Amino acid sequence: MQNTTEKSSRSAEGLYKFFIYFVLILLAVTIIVPVAWVFMASIKQNAEFYGNPWALPAGFYWQNFVNAWNGAKMGEYMLNSVIVTALALALLLVVALPAAYCLSRFHFKGCKVLNTLFMAGLFINVNYIVVPIFLMLRDGDVWLKSHFGSGFLLNNLVVLAVVYAATALPFTIYLLSGYFATLPHDFEEAAYIDGASYFSTMTRIIFPMAKPSIITIILFNFLSFWNEYIISMTLMSSTKAPRTLPVGLLNLMQAQQSAAQYGTMYAGLVLVMLPTLILYICVQRQLTQGMTVGGLKG
Amino acid sequence: MRTDKSRKRFVFLCVAPATILFFLFMILPTLNVFRMSLYERGAYSPNETFVGLKNFQHLLRDAQFIRSMQNMILLVVTVTLITFAFALVFAAILTREKIKGQNFFRIIFYIPNILSVVVISGIFSAIYKPENGMLNSIIGLFRNMSDPILWKGEKLVIPSIIIAMVWQAIGYYMVMYMASMSAVPISLYESANLDGAGRLTQFFQITIPLIWTNIRTTLTFFIISTINMAFLFVKAMTSGGPNGASDVALSYMYSQKDAGLYGYSMAIGVVIFLFSFALSACVNKVTNRDTLEF
Repeated sequence: MQNTTEKSSRSAEGLYKFFIYFVLILLAVTIIVPVAWVFMASIKQNAEFYGNPWALPAGFYWQNFVNAWNGAKMGEYMLNSVIVTALALALLLVVALPAAYCLSRFHFKGCKVLNTLFMAGLFINVNYIVVPIFLMLRDGDVWLKSHFGSGFLLNNLVVLAVVYAATALPFTIYLLSGYFATLPHDFEEAAYIDGASYFSTMTRIIFPMAKPSIITIILFNFLSFWNEYIISMTLMSSTKAPRTLPVGLLNLMQAQQSAAQYGTMYAGLVLVMLPTLILYICVQRQLTQGMTVGGLKG
Repeated sequence: MRTDKSRKRFVFLCVAPATILFFLFMILPTLNVFRMSLYERGAYSPNETFVGLKNFQHLLRDAQFIRSMQNMILLVVTVTLITFAFALVFAAILTREKIKGQNFFRIIFYIPNILSVVVISGIFSAIYKPENGMLNSIIGLFRNMSDPILWKGEKLVIPSIIIAMVWQAIGYYMVMYMASMSAVPISLYESANLDGAGRLTQFFQITIPLIWTNIRTTLTFFIISTINMAFLFVKAMTSGGPNGASDVALSYMYSQKDAGLYGYSMAIGVVIFLFSFALSACVNKVTNRDTLEF
């Protein structure tokens, strides 16, 4: 009697294990296959897209990438994206690090109000306020034009980078403050006794200790700046404006519906996702561990 | 010398740039959303006329706005429920069971989260393409495909978007819950095992209550981010089409802005703001439990 129940529970166990693996592998397949499919499609000739979608590419048709890079200007857009992302990240770090440090470790007039406001900023989604930002910049351009003859606020990569950095502030300050608040005050007291100034204490002692948090915010903000497209599309709406990569890709996808340049479009897709995939492969451990510090995303 | 004055100057120099940027590009535009919703504004001139609540009265009679709100609520509710159910179950499996290749699964499941929504919409248009699409060619093995399924047609467009959004979100939340679940002490499960509690009982009686605080915070932020993600997906995948069948509130707001109706567009913005705050307050209230410690 006991023997049979044990046997049946063991076979139930085996069935359960099998089921778990089946579901896990199924989910993994639904993620790997479409991504791999796009990579394969990017080296197919246009005629191959009218046959079986699961057929392997007939050969390496690199011309797709040449067409995307030059013809669809993805190379130019890539450079724009690199510039915007780098500028926005640099600005964000320069502005957010000292602010987070002071907000979490100094008591001054209004520090409570500011902390609350930055916390409230976590709930403001950028896409809720993209229209007023656009109108504010356009009004600014009109004013500049009437006084100086030309405006530069819209269709400007630098302004886009500033908007990116500004809208990433609440999340970044929240994450950094959380880390700074855990450090004991002894570090600063020791530095002050040695005669270090406030500034050098902050840059030489505190910031190096926060390196893991800083890497985390660089990773997350890199991904969000690189992938962002609504703000970029809104603030760079003129036809001659420099485009970022996702917006260029969106235009390419809309254009291919009429032109049916499938190969070029998939090559464009690969060009947009390849940098993030490579970065992910290099830092996946840091990324998936870092996120538990923040526990949220914008 | 560390005088009071030098301390003040230091704090000011550190905090001022961030505060100025934050006010200029976040606080001010937010206030402007509320202010502009009470005005009508010319499409090309910055002249504004005060119209009171007229924009909101129009909203109530705008069938497309009501449809877009319904779509948004439907997306938020279904995507949240499906994502959380899957993420919690997968996280529990990957932390509690001895799974070979646990790391491999974690790495793979996280991939969609690092892709741009534009890329994901490109991938899914290859999946959903009526002729020669990945999905239809698989279904074609089982049934006759003389009339291909239109995944982005008026009937199926919302479920199609839901699938894409869940596909994107599961991994992120799974990885997050894996971290908090692995902090639950194993001894609790061991004693539950001795008491003869099954896997399901352990999941609902031990795992879920102990990471409840984490679930609660993430739920609030997930709702806000889903309102936003729904817009990103709709804009890239369908632009609200066909015939406005997939419009969500934010994409409708954006199309009104493109039409030059700024006041009206901002009235929609106000509704979305209030809706998201009310919803997160409700969720916060409903999910309030006594915190358990371990």
